[in-house]
Amino acid sequence: MPLLRRRRPAHPPPQIDGPSTSAESDEKEKPSLPMARKPRWNCVDSCCWLIGCICSLWWILLFLYNAMPASFPQYVTEAITGPLPDPPGVKLRKEGLVARHPVVFVPGIVTGGLELWEGHQCADGLFRKRLWGGTFGEVYKRPLCWVEHMSLDNETGLDPPGIRVRPVTGLVAADYFAPGYFVWAVLIANLARIGYEEKTMYMAAYDWRLSFQNTEVRDQTLSRIKSNIELMVATNGGKKVVVIPHSMGVLYFLHFMKWVEAPAPMGGGGGLDWCEKHIKAVMNIGGPFLGVPKAVTGLFSAEAKDVAVARAIAPGFLDSDFLGLQTLRHVMRMTRTWDSTMSMIPKGGDTIWGGLDWSPEENHSCNGKKKRSDDSLVSQDVKEEIMNHQANITNYGRIISFGKDLAEAHSVKIEGIDFRDAVKGSNLAHSNASCRDVWTEYHELGWGGVKAVSDYKVFSATSILDLLRFVAPKMMQRGSAHFSYGIADNLDDPKYKHYKYWSNPLETKLPNAPGMEIYSMYGVGIPTERAYVYKLSPSAECYIPFQIDTSADGGSDGSCLQGGVYLVNGDETVPVLSAGYMCAKGWRGKTRFNPSGIKTYIREYDHAPPANLLEGRGTQSGAHVDIMGNFALIEDIIRVAAGATGEDLGGDQVHSDIFKWSEKINLQL
Amino acid sequence: MLRRRKPEKKPEQETPPPALASVSVPASTTRPARWSCVDTCCWLIGWICVSWWVLLFLYHAAPASLTQQVTEAVTEAITGPMPDPPGSRLRKEGVTARHPVVFVPGIVTGGLELWEGRPCAEGLFRKRLWGGTFGEVYKRPSCWMEHMSLDNETGLDPPGIRVRPVSGLVAADYFAAGYFVWAVLIANLARIGYEEKTMYMASYDWRISFQNTEARDQTLSRIKSNIELMVATNGGKKAVVIPHSMGVLYFLHFMKWVEAPSPMGGGGGSDWCARHIKAVMNIGGPFLGVPKAVAGLFSAEAKDVAVARAIAPGVLDSDLFGLQTLLHIMHLSRTWDSTMSMIPKGGDIIWGGLDWSPEEGYDCNDKSKTDNVPHASEDFQARVDNFHLNKVNYGRIISFGKDIAETASSNIERIDFRDAVKGNNFAHLNASCHDIWTEYHEMGWGGIKAVADYKSYTASDFLDLLHFVAPKMMQRGDAQFSYGIADDLDDPKYKHYKYWSNPLETKLPNAPDMEIYALYGVGIPTERAYVYKLAQPAECYIPFQIDTSAKGGNENSCLKSGVYTVDGDETVPVLSAGFMCAKGWRGKTRFNPSGIKTFIREYDHAPPANFLEGRGTQSGAHVDIMGNFALIEDILRVAAGATGEDLGGDRVYSNIFTWSEKINLQL
Repeated sequence: MPLLRRRRPAHPPPQIDGPSTSAESDEKEKPSLPMARKPRWNCVDSCCWLIGCICSLWWILLFLYNAMPASFPQYVTEAITGPLPDPPGVKLRKEGLVARHPVVFVPGIVTGGLELWEGHQCADGLFRKRLWGGTFGEVYKRPLCWVEHMSLDNETGLDPPGIRVRPVTGLVAADYFAPGYFVWAVLIANLARIGYEEKTMYMAAYDWRLSFQNTEVRDQTLSRIKSNIELMVATNGGKKVVVIPHSMGVLYFLHFMKWVEAPAPMGGGGGLDWCEKHIKAVMNIGGPFLGVPKAVTGLFSAEAKDVAVARAIAPGFLDSDFLGLQTLRHVMRMTRTWDSTMSMIPKGGDTIWGGLDWSPEENHSCNGKKKRSDDSLVSQDVKEEIMNHQANITNYGRIISFGKDLAEAHSVKIEGIDFRDAVKGSNLAHSNASCRDVWTEYHELGWGGVKAVSDYKVFSATSILDLLRFVAPKMMQRGSAHFSYGIADNLDDPKYKHYKYWSNPLETKLPNAPGMEIYSMYGVGIPTERAYVYKLSPSAECYIPFQIDTSADGGSDGSCLQGGVYLVNGDETVPVLSAGYMCAKGWRGKTRFNPSGIKTYIREYDHAPPANLLEGRGTQSGAHVDIMGNFALIEDIIRVAAGATGEDLGGDQVHSDIFKWSEKINLQL
Repeated sequence: MLRRRKPEKKPEQETPPPALASVSVPASTTRPARWSCVDTCCWLIGWICVSWWVLLFLYHAAPASLTQQVTEAVTEAITGPMPDPPGSRLRKEGVTARHPVVFVPGIVTGGLELWEGRPCAEGLFRKRLWGGTFGEVYKRPSCWMEHMSLDNETGLDPPGIRVRPVSGLVAADYFAAGYFVWAVLIANLARIGYEEKTMYMASYDWRISFQNTEARDQTLSRIKSNIELMVATNGGKKAVVIPHSMGVLYFLHFMKWVEAPSPMGGGGGSDWCARHIKAVMNIGGPFLGVPKAVAGLFSAEAKDVAVARAIAPGVLDSDLFGLQTLLHIMHLSRTWDSTMSMIPKGGDIIWGGLDWSPEEGYDCNDKSKTDNVPHASEDFQARVDNFHLNKVNYGRIISFGKDIAETASSNIERIDFRDAVKGNNFAHLNASCHDIWTEYHEMGWGGIKAVADYKSYTASDFLDLLHFVAPKMMQRGDAQFSYGIADDLDDPKYKHYKYWSNPLETKLPNAPDMEIYALYGVGIPTERAYVYKLAQPAECYIPFQIDTSAKGGNENSCLKSGVYTVDGDETVPVLSAGFMCAKGWRGKTRFNPSGIKTFIREYDHAPPANFLEGRGTQSGAHVDIMGNFALIEDILRVAAGATGEDLGGDRVYSNIFTWSEKINLQL
């Protein structure tokens, strides 16, 4: 009977006749006890029980979370870390700043969203869904289909037939790159605090895969930007716009400024004073004015940390053969169809980036940074650097070296055999069908070509261009129609009217707009890729013949060589030299590149990593993308948007050696 | 005993999970009962969760095409082969994108987002307050209400609050998740080659008056600039404009604004429309207003906020959480100037007087018969027979009591309310009502009685009625809108912007090559006139309400639940949507001096055959018509370069031409 009492609650029995039901259940259980099925059923049972518990708990927590007042998380954070500083927008609003000049955002590479407008069968149901940006769900679900739709045509650099992938428009195009990963959102929110709204903010979204001129040819993006800026100026009582380009957007906007004043049909036909009439300031954030060394490795061996964001999302994914796909090669094939990547190849050759024997940054001490960040004992520091000089000199000018020895050897000892005339061998063993569809041009190079490349041993910025032309002739043929990497001897040469020079600051003049201001704002204090040690990779079925020699490390902890990469000061992507040189020297005062004497300012932001996890990506970060949440930078932007000039901000703000390094560059101005 | 219990809950005898053990140990006499119940619940939930996840995983893991094939196969098995969407079909015919298109969304369908708010709206920055999930309506209703309201006096933002329209195609492609508005049309246009550079969503803040969208947001300038840009970047091909619902009136306003000299207008010059617009394809346009707006403004029984009501049917009618929801809605919508743009225009000449109305012969149940067989002559005969039985006085837009609505006009003794003194002896003038701004508590008993004593209101009387019951609101409205008929269109007073959205007080632009289409659904009973009663006095209340007990004699009567219905698209009666294109602008008239060609395209309503069809591909309902394949095909053809003649000219199912003839308007 006690047994019966115990069991009843489990199955509340009908009250009619208790004994019979209990007997029934007893009967049911007795025979089942010894059977092997019972424990298994129980296992499933308790699993279900556990999951049920967790689910219920989760729902309760979720409900509580949703029911909780919105200010609660902030309260918790403040309890732990002490009061948070006011966001700059709130602070400046209290100071009485209000929206004045309309602002234009020009997003950089990879941060802008792309959506599908027309696709092949495999992309059914993705109409107007994001292929790039957002959750990237499709990369995992149908990777091949995704790669197919993200690639452009090899020959034209435009849409492949039957596929139309277009940039997302509006502020949503680049406010968040992926859920929770802000790009422009923090800046937008702070601008809104002082009164900005959508009619005074414009996101100049463009298809960042295309070459700059092609965005106009295909989408009329440049015309669109021109028209929107004109509209904003007209509807805001003639107040000029403040343009805020980020990353590659900086080059895109340089191109725009030339385009808009050039006569139609190649240009926008805005007249010679368009920039003067419409632009108050261009506030470049982390601009790769002179290119980035990262672009070289990206194009050369697909070890593109330039697609760093993509890699951050799927770290293992790119390096392994996932599901039998040669991921790295697919990435290479895809990125090589994107003309825009070629806009960031280092410009200015050896004059800017250094030759075999010298480089502007050669004295940079890679561990001096940490000491200097807090106390600015410059004089002492300099002394230290001089002491380190002999020990620590790095040949940054050798952007690619085959082997660590060559990177460090004296230039006299290097015997380079010229590769330019080398015959590309047709005896490449691996030119079989399975590789053909992955278009990287390497299987056309042959053994002879690969050997010739490595025999040249050391490549400086100028010879890199020849190298790329050698290993990827088709790609560079497209590229050279849209971009140029030289230094102009005579800027008045009529050939410089061609659009391919417009994004190279060393081959164009700034517009005739003495009232305009150009800012160069970038983070410093993070080791940034500058030169590489390469090796030949072991042969395999389908492979990329060159790869970074990750085993090459400097002798000491403080060495600049880490994992086959020589590092220098910068914002993790763009070295200081590229981001700062033009504003520090190339355009400073009246030069031949800046004939009207547009004022330039350098604003550096020293990197401080977030103090704890709750801060997220930090409010004092100097990293290439995270700097968009840097409070000091946001404050500068808001002040300028509210009417301040560069002098009001306090002129230059410099933490790095940019002026010293700029002096070493022997460029005719 | 112990052995018996074991299999119930413990898989391993030696190592029970700690959680399980701790629960089962104290199980002695009463505990097991509760424990088991919780246990079973957990087990059940866990089981459901797991199977759900498995299904979800399978669904996602299956290639998308498979899922689609299955769905299609199921649908086809039930309904027979699905027709190709018009975009795919026309593409096969070789139709490609040609003219840029501009969408002008209507009231309530456009999204609104928060740019600046009070502390209660923290965390909602750039989140949608209107459109999307409407999550905040439930979470913080009074906060939401506060942010959606506008200022009583100015009709603009209250201090410290900035709610702005969403921009881009996302502004109105879907109203709520899964409830399409423009999305189907956009998808079909994309099939023939359109993309974002050739499609522009002219989203505007639909709460404020048309001219104020320019004053506050420069929306009209923005539209002008975007159309100019699209025309310029498409080799000078003119734009096809597709306004929907209130967007029709907004675009009428735009066409006058753009050619008017600045500062009041856009200064585009008098040939701007001729140079930039190929065709205006009005979908379900309330050119002459909608009677629904009457009920909405008069007693907040706005089925015009029908979508909102569809989302939360019970909420509006009950006192939820102690909020007088209906009063709040009234408070909210009365601050929106735009609702006043849809008050019936043209007065008795258009909408009928006490004794007559253009639609008076309409037979409410012949619809189902004529659906398939268009034997007009027979039909007409039948109607004549029914005439005397079934005569409805549509002209009496508001009647107090069913008797009044039906009796001959000579039997109505009306006492004029216009001079009635508003009583200040209103019993309910207490503090709790004051914060709900509806103006009714200023009216007093005397005023209410005077309104009811007038008994029957025509379209012209109704304007006076609104001025009487809501003087402050109408004062705002009078500055922005006008509802009359112009005697002399060249009178300089008609240069003022308040006339621009009334087709009876403006001339169409001088653009002889332009085409104007009226595309609308027919075959759905649509509100046309109301039977009202006085409401039971209560603490805070709206003194008038629709007498839902008033019903017609037989099943086929036009009177149902206090509402007289007529042919239309559920919101806009045929008369309002079609009259201007059928008669007012047909040929060269004084309203259309350059002889712009007009076309009427009606789409007969057919409800979706089954559940799988969703909202149907042959619907004629006001919003659902945006997914009507025939309508989409017409738009695609025009966008690809066809003219109205190429489409086949007029396409008419209703009696719009007969009814238009009855209207005695000087043209």
